[in-house]
Amino acid sequence: MTNQQQATTQQQILAPAAMSRPFSPAMLWHLLPWVIALIFFFVGDGYHSLGTNILVMILFALSLDLALGYAGIITLGHAAFFGAGAYAAGIFAIHFNADPVLGLLAATAIAGLLGLLTGMLILHTRGETLLMLTLAIAAIFYEIANHARWLTGGDDGLSGIRVTPVFGLFRFDLWGKTAFLYALSVLFIWFIIAALVVRSPFGRSLDGIRQNTKRMRAIGTPVWWRLVAMYSLSAAMAGSAGALTAQSTRLVGLSTLELLTSGIVAVMLVLGGERRLYGAFIGAAIYVVVQDFAGSISPFIWMFVIGFLLIIIVLFFEGGLMGIIDSVVAKLKGKADASGQTGKRT
Amino acid sequence: MQALTILLDGISYGMVLFIISVGLTVTMGLMRVVNLAHGAFAMIGGYIATVLVLQAGVPFLLSALIAAVVAGALGGLAELTVYRPLYRKGELPQVLLTIGLCFVVIAGLTLFVGATPLPAIVPASLDRMVDIGFRSYPAYRLFLIVVGAVLAFIVWLIVERSLFGARLRAAVDDPQMARAVGMNVNRMFTVTFIGGCALAGFGGAIGAGVLPLEPFYALRYLVYFLIVVAVGGMGSFRGSLVAALAIGIVDTAGRYIVPQFGGFLLYVLVFGLLLWRPNGLLPPKSVA
Repeated sequence: MTNQQQATTQQQILAPAAMSRPFSPAMLWHLLPWVIALIFFFVGDGYHSLGTNILVMILFALSLDLALGYAGIITLGHAAFFGAGAYAAGIFAIHFNADPVLGLLAATAIAGLLGLLTGMLILHTRGETLLMLTLAIAAIFYEIANHARWLTGGDDGLSGIRVTPVFGLFRFDLWGKTAFLYALSVLFIWFIIAALVVRSPFGRSLDGIRQNTKRMRAIGTPVWWRLVAMYSLSAAMAGSAGALTAQSTRLVGLSTLELLTSGIVAVMLVLGGERRLYGAFIGAAIYVVVQDFAGSISPFIWMFVIGFLLIIIVLFFEGGLMGIIDSVVAKLKGKADASGQTGKRT
Repeated sequence: MQALTILLDGISYGMVLFIISVGLTVTMGLMRVVNLAHGAFAMIGGYIATVLVLQAGVPFLLSALIAAVVAGALGGLAELTVYRPLYRKGELPQVLLTIGLCFVVIAGLTLFVGATPLPAIVPASLDRMVDIGFRSYPAYRLFLIVVGAVLAFIVWLIVERSLFGARLRAAVDDPQMARAVGMNVNRMFTVTFIGGCALAGFGGAIGAGVLPLEPFYALRYLVYFLIVVAVGGMGSFRGSLVAALAIGIVDTAGRYIVPQFGGFLLYVLVFGLLLWRPNGLLPPKSVA
């Protein structure tokens, strides 16, 4: 094999799988979540703030999917970046500039920077130690937000956040329609970035690091830097989600930094299915809707339902809801194949 | 004098942390399971004891013992059903399943007992001050120190001086070798898990005056229990006692001396310590 041939084979292996695939009708499925969101925008009167909340949590869960799902960074402190983004956006709007897009960018940058700094400190550890360090970071952020009352409002929360119209054109209305579209656009941009990143050689190398860190190190991958880079990206994304919640609800509470928040977002991700990007969509949507319905009866009923679901999913359905969908689709396809359509493909 | 008060407060607090967390160090050290549901067993114990004392008028110590038995039994049941399949899985499934278990316990207890914080059950005989030479000090806290010391001694006897303890330490150090020489490691898992959960239930019951019982108890104090295990070194019994006392004292001192920082000091110290010694202060031989 000549060098050039070798290079092309390598390229083929590393090339984004989606791009090398020719168009097929199945790809239209990728439009489904966005079509649903747009239909919801037109028919979901009265539920737009719930919808915005779902979009925010999808973005948050998607950010965790990058760090936890793809890079295998075991973290229980992702709320640190969600909360940091929320507080950054709120404080930016109150003290500097009420423009939502500027606030969003500032919050994203700050959360990303915090992810970079903390990631550089902790990402040489693995397993339970890493888990504890992420917990400790979130706890430190929580304590800072709790005690810096002059800046964050402490346990009263940060209120008085002003938001000017998006690009000076679209005013945030009382019903949350603008907020919904705004959140949807931000989610779409981040989704594209996430999809490109996980299919890039960089994303693939993180797949390798997750599966066998030692081997990746042995073949010369700068493991620590790759992990730090992915962690920062994920933190920036979580910060964006936090900023969206600050701007759409005009309120930031300490609960954005709680352990429970970190836990819940992991629950959403696994409920939907990790390492699938769309898992975050399904998991977050179902979680928020179930919480809204069951929570109106008693907040503890949804805890029971979600807890029970988690146990069942971990024990019996490891791929989450997306995994169940996949296996059903595979079965249906198998049946179709068995009934004489096998010949078509070959 | 204030220093001594802080020290005593810290030690009594640390003893409660030790009683609850010592079982967790076994689950995480021996079974290699990230167990976030350990606080739930302490919560079960605390709730059962409180309900027994308040509703049925059962004496304080007896109700704490009943709580320990029930928490241990439920722990055994959980080990056999949901924990056993977890040993072969990665950290993420472990984290999620045990969070799920936590949620179920929180929801279950709240549905039965109610969603308000429970009053602390300190019997009248302990709810007074006693003279300890230089000042008077709450009898309840002295009681915690004594009980904690006695339990630490018993745990030490079992772990360091009994055949079972020798096997347990061997299994922590090298589970594969322990299996290879014919030890029934699985049964050891079940027995120690029951013991750990019983201790947690007992600690949750008698420690309710220090760690108040409320609906989110299982998650709120979980961080402390995990810190004890991580700082002490996973699977290290001595380590968990040292860590629990140190954390009790540091946290109490921090809140006394610089109240404006709250728990900040503790978390920063833990963060620094784990960066400096990722395997904790006194890790067992297998890790060190």
